[in-house]
Amino acid sequence: MESGIFFSDYRSDMALRRMPLQKARTGLLLVGLVVFPFLATPYWLNLANQIAIATIGAIGLNILVGYTGQISLGQGAFMAIGAYGAGLLTVRLGVPFYISIPAAALITAVAGLVVGLPSLRLKGLYLAVATLAAQQIVEFVVTHWDGLTGGTEALVVPAPELFGARMNTDGRFYWILVVVALAVALFAANLFRSRVGRAWVAIRDQDIAASAIGVNVFGYKLLAFATSSFLVGLSGALLAHYRSIVTWERFTIEVSISYLAMIIIGGLGTISGSFFGASLIVLLPAMINTLGRSLQDTAPWAATVLPYVQQGVFGLVIILFLVLEPEGLAKLWRNVKDYFRVWPFSY
Amino acid sequence: MDSDVFLQLTVSGLSNGMVYSLVAVGFVVIFKASDVINFAQGEFLLFGAYLAFAFIAQFGLPWSVGVLATLLTAAMIGLIVERLVLRPLIGEPVISMIMVTIGLSSLLRAVVNGIWGVRPKAFPNFIPSGEVEFLGAIVGIDRLLVIAIAAILLTVLTLFFRHTRDGIAMRAIADDQQAALSMGISIKRVLAVAWAMAAITAAVAGIMLANTVGVSHDIIFIGLRVFPVVILGGLDSVPGAIVGGGVIGLLESYTAGYTTSGLELIVPYIVLILVLMVRPYGLFGKEIIERV
Repeated sequence: MESGIFFSDYRSDMALRRMPLQKARTGLLLVGLVVFPFLATPYWLNLANQIAIATIGAIGLNILVGYTGQISLGQGAFMAIGAYGAGLLTVRLGVPFYISIPAAALITAVAGLVVGLPSLRLKGLYLAVATLAAQQIVEFVVTHWDGLTGGTEALVVPAPELFGARMNTDGRFYWILVVVALAVALFAANLFRSRVGRAWVAIRDQDIAASAIGVNVFGYKLLAFATSSFLVGLSGALLAHYRSIVTWERFTIEVSISYLAMIIIGGLGTISGSFFGASLIVLLPAMINTLGRSLQDTAPWAATVLPYVQQGVFGLVIILFLVLEPEGLAKLWRNVKDYFRVWPFSY
Repeated sequence: MDSDVFLQLTVSGLSNGMVYSLVAVGFVVIFKASDVINFAQGEFLLFGAYLAFAFIAQFGLPWSVGVLATLLTAAMIGLIVERLVLRPLIGEPVISMIMVTIGLSSLLRAVVNGIWGVRPKAFPNFIPSGEVEFLGAIVGIDRLLVIAIAAILLTVLTLFFRHTRDGIAMRAIADDQQAALSMGISIKRVLAVAWAMAAITAAVAGIMLANTVGVSHDIIFIGLRVFPVVILGGLDSVPGAIVGGGVIGLLESYTAGYTTSGLELIVPYIVLILVLMVRPYGLFGKEIIERV
């Protein structure tokens, strides 16, 4: 008697979603994403859009940090390049957004290649410090090159148009973001099952061994930098068009840190983790904010300490996850799935 | 070139540089003992400055007692942080170590801001201010004193690593953890000492900053500005931290004095990238050759 699930052809064996339960969950997710904007308030739509943008950026960073093991503190700089690239292409050259966004992502990928060059010689800590320097230098260039970026002034980007409709509301932009985010997730999920993805994992786990079995370590590291920056630039460019305003304060070292926090809390080297982490980091301050407002009448002092509470909780969450569950939310989700897979007859 | 201006720039550069050196020594001590780089060093500075402010200005203690209380409290914080946050992570990958100290920095910053607010405070200076003529240029006494205090402290630290039991144990652990363990050195104890020392040196630097530039939130940015110093000097070298601090301080001061574009903000980072490309282990760091 057969027990378990068997596949009789390669196609179904290699499918991204193999089990019936997996397929059901994916279907449920898709239905949820389609239904969501019709039920949600503008507040929740706004949050969902932020999560979608953050997820794209977090998947990008995860390619570099989680899969290839190259630590980067330059996420904010790459997002800045993507955002300013898309913004300037639209404002100065009048390029429509469906061209400016991929173009900006490509520009960021080239910048990523340049920043990735030191990874030939540097590892771990030293690479982290080098990317920190890159972050500071890009920040300086953005704020001081007045002729190109407008310096510290905000760059106003016109709302994008698609099929004659202006994409200037959360509800309309939601569709663009969801489609792009799903495409990125699908791309990444398949990438990690390919030759390239496996080479990255080999470099992360043991670079010398990877080199010994014939992986071109430097080439694949550069490829990881380029791919990662492409996605990060994409998220920056989307952010520029979504907010329709680009200011340098959105791309400081704090941004780099919160993206690193996303992938750490979500789970390094997982796509679902990028999504979970992005959701948590976006929702946490929003929830603390809501909590603080609801306390306003009973405890008026709550409003004044709110920013510090947000900051403190952010730090605390990072520390707690690292100490208690280093594999992040993705591992917790896996635990839940494992529990219910054989439920109610475990053992 | 005007020699007065040059001398003033040199003194202010050196005094900034000595503060950088003190902060950098905190990095080096922790890195030597545990291969961890502490991104929360800037927040330790902030804590030191605000603790001194609390003890001296808010509780009205005389400054000698206040400074002592600040150093003791800082050491306690260092010990608590090591025990609760760092010890569970011994042996984890670099990224976890970096992230946990980043999380720590966020938490400490929130605590400081929550207690004292973000507005700059007036600090009751106990280092005498005023100006003296020094080699024909007018320079602040406080600047010269900062250089002197830092020089004394750094000498003490260098001697500590050369001659005391804990200092030698720290070097042994940095060299080979297994061998050090089998010689009966307690790694836990040494790590605790390292964090307490890092917190104390940061507190001293914080107090000096409070005296020269005032108590404000901006102090934390010094924590990031120290990376070029430690990389230039070598991550595991105390003399390197001293030389690196001086060089970076002077470089900033001269760039600020002789150019107008705010270039001094990134000159240290350009130096950092150049050093990383040419000599990643810095001027005095232990050379580790690993090619892939």
